[in-house]
Amino acid sequence: MLTESEPHYRRPLLPTPFHERARALSQVDSFIPWAGYTTVDVFTTVEQEYFAVRNAASLYDLTPMVKYRVAGADAVRFLNRLVTRDIGKLRPGRVAYCLWCNDAGHLIDDGTVFCLGAGEYRLCTAERQLDWLLDSAVGFEVAITEVTEEVAALALQGPTSYSVLRKAGVAGVELLKPFELGTFTLPAAGEAPLMVSRTGFTGDLGYELWMEPKDAEGVWDALFEAGRTRGIRPIGSRALNIARIEAGFLLPNVDFVPADHAVFVGTERSPLELGLGWLVDFGKGHFTGRRALLAEQRRGARRRLVGLDVEGTKPAHNALLYTERGLRRQAGSVSSAVWSPTTKRNLALAMVDAPHFDSGGTLWAEIYLNRELVWERRVVRARVVERPFFAPQRRRATPPVEF
Amino acid sequence: MSAPPGPTRGERYDAIVIGGGHNGLTCAAYLARAGRSVLVLEAAGRLGGAAVTREFAPGFRVSACAHLLHLMPGRLVGDLNLAAHGLKLAAERLPSTALSAADAHLPLGPEPGGALAALSAADAAAWPAYSARLARLAAALQPLLSQTPPRLGAGAWRDRAALLGLGLRLRALGKRDLRELLRIGAMCVQDLLDEHFESPLLKGALAFDAVLGTNYGPRSPGTVFTLLYRMAAAGEGGGLAQPAGGLGALSQALAGAAAAAGAEIRTGSAVARILVRDDRAAGVVLEGGEQISARAVVSSADPKTTFLHLLGSEHLDAGFVRRIVHLRARGLAAKLHLALDGPPQFARLDAAALRGRLLWAPSLDHIERAYNHAKYGEFSSQPMLEITVPTIADAALAPPGKHVLSVVAQYAPYNLAGGWPAGQARFRELLIDTLGALAAPLRTQIEHAELLSPADIEREFRITGGHWHHAELALDQFFMLRPVPGVAQYRAPVGGLYLCGAGCHPGGGVMGIAGRNAARALVREAA
Repeated sequence: MLTESEPHYRRPLLPTPFHERARALSQVDSFIPWAGYTTVDVFTTVEQEYFAVRNAASLYDLTPMVKYRVAGADAVRFLNRLVTRDIGKLRPGRVAYCLWCNDAGHLIDDGTVFCLGAGEYRLCTAERQLDWLLDSAVGFEVAITEVTEEVAALALQGPTSYSVLRKAGVAGVELLKPFELGTFTLPAAGEAPLMVSRTGFTGDLGYELWMEPKDAEGVWDALFEAGRTRGIRPIGSRALNIARIEAGFLLPNVDFVPADHAVFVGTERSPLELGLGWLVDFGKGHFTGRRALLAEQRRGARRRLVGLDVEGTKPAHNALLYTERGLRRQAGSVSSAVWSPTTKRNLALAMVDAPHFDSGGTLWAEIYLNRELVWERRVVRARVVERPFFAPQRRRATPPVEF
Repeated sequence: MSAPPGPTRGERYDAIVIGGGHNGLTCAAYLARAGRSVLVLEAAGRLGGAAVTREFAPGFRVSACAHLLHLMPGRLVGDLNLAAHGLKLAAERLPSTALSAADAHLPLGPEPGGALAALSAADAAAWPAYSARLARLAAALQPLLSQTPPRLGAGAWRDRAALLGLGLRLRALGKRDLRELLRIGAMCVQDLLDEHFESPLLKGALAFDAVLGTNYGPRSPGTVFTLLYRMAAAGEGGGLAQPAGGLGALSQALAGAAAAAGAEIRTGSAVARILVRDDRAAGVVLEGGEQISARAVVSSADPKTTFLHLLGSEHLDAGFVRRIVHLRARGLAAKLHLALDGPPQFARLDAAALRGRLLWAPSLDHIERAYNHAKYGEFSSQPMLEITVPTIADAALAPPGKHVLSVVAQYAPYNLAGGWPAGQARFRELLIDTLGALAAPLRTQIEHAELLSPADIEREFRITGGHWHHAELALDQFFMLRPVPGVAQYRAPVGGLYLCGAGCHPGGGVMGIAGRNAARALVREAA
């Protein structure tokens, strides 16, 4: 917490409530800044951590995720005007992945809306949004408070994540379906109250745990104790990034520029261009950007974000895409790329110009490779494929399989 | 835009005009003349909005907000045949006179002649070149005022033609005038006047019109623009005039013209909200609960009232709402009405001057000091005044032998520290003292006094912030930026909703142009 006696410039990055625990487990001292907090990039090795996500259980400190409390008589109307989905359909105890746009229909950010009760919501975002939220609140009876520092959060993800929660004594969690949330207590952490949502950024079976900062270390310890025989491992942002590309999720500032950060005209992206049209509900009434998006829909898409299956094993980082092997006509570029250890495919997310974005089409990727400081160029086929690249049955099974 | 839907069962009017002020009535008249079925809904019991005549003391009537007619284009008056609908001028080509506390007063006009030479030979010598150049620049800007602002980057031929025309007109000024326009366009009026003149009385009077009705002092950047704007607007009208029966008579004539063309007009019908169906304005709901459907709604209410209260931000994008919220619209002009038992006795003032406009702003410093107070939420301790005695030309406004003094007083900030209920009586007495010093026995002549603060103007005339332009008139709220981008062409983001009030280009001042242009936009879209 920032105070008068300790102004922000003396401590530009804040520790999260899990920082002491994370520091003790960090073997390579690799920390990165995230939204004003210092967080772990890598604990041990990226590969070890990644396989905890897919084969066991991983724990990721989610505290820097920006959180807002949205409450009041007009909370639903306010959220419906803000985001592109119909929040009126979101029942208490449910979570929705949402987008919000500026007037031009360009994506400002994506995030999750938690319906905690009648007229009581939590909005989790990647970027700080208070300015936009307050502007959007003009004319609505709604109170918006940032609660980022008041809520500590962990992502517990992986096939054994459910078993870890069971072992830790979280009773009733087996009933949670994907995108549901519930409030529980954690006996192994002194009956600490715990909000659990079956959500995540890995595309795998997993949960996000929301708690008071004072309970943070107790919960962490209890989960590690319960997960000792289930392969639990703390992970950093690098391992998570592999999992999220496999799951086909977008990362702000990587796969799209938040519209309010964009400096150059034409770099902003709309939900339709990002392949997120299914999250835009034109029938629910007005929302910010609706008229611009309708006009865009009438015009037809100029480009679209797609998944690519790239030939070979070398990730197509920042690769330019062409329509033919001769590299004469550019048709897009790659924003995220990874060799996927689970699907054994060379995956990428790319923005591709019309009309080359249809599934099944073939593009050519120009990949630059650094082989022991000797740079080489590869031109390989990149097939447009459906996302997500990896979607195991276990992510939806209710109750989940126990290990 | 796609074609509007055809008429369906239950849609009674082609257009509902919210507000029966001069712009609303002008818009209704033009729409009705274009063959539309129109309903005008006025909240107050009488028509006219801020162009209204009402009794303020038994037997004494006054133009309660605007008190002079000088900006309404002759073409508009002719188009609507207002003379046939009862518009008569009690006085035309009224003179303006700069009052001096102790010395000779200075008559102003195109040819100030001997009086100015007596004040300063140098100023009299500088006058012709100064006034001719400003007149040329104002004339170049004049066509801007009557046109619908073009959209930037829209690519439509009409927008391109408008931008091209604007460029050509400026180019036609010639190198020297264009350079001068670019040099002085954003300057403060004090610097410009100091370049040309030495006499404080002349400079105060010339700066008066640059800051009248604005949130500016003579040292504020952009006040040469506001001066040129006013000169350009005045060029469209026929000089200062006073309608017989006050400004309310103009509104009556406009209402007559609208009614004669087939418009229906209802007073005492306050609109509670605008109905929206399928992202289009579909009618209105009155405060009494009555619903009236229409294919289009035109609002002459100010932009904040229209968008934030009548429409509601839920029908608008958040960025647009932010621009409307930040629209500067806080009035700083108060209105004083005095009922006198005889003609006011201004020292050394001849009878002809008393028919016209008297300016109390004896120097630039006087105005700037008056403005200083307003910056900090105080009213001026020595305000600047625009004084008229409407009963000289129109005796019917008062009982026989008695007179009315109608005064615009600046600066009286809307957000007065401590609030207007507490400051009202103090400011009224201060104004009476200021006037008394110029027309000595004034206090003993007063039968009744009424002060309308911007807060009163907000309440009585339903203008957010009590600003007679609905939105501050400034370079950043002008033309394509007025009231805000996205509605500068009179058409709101919600289909079928139009704006026609003073908050639109070209602004207030009883011009009627916004009303006419909005009607054109509606007819053009529906065509």
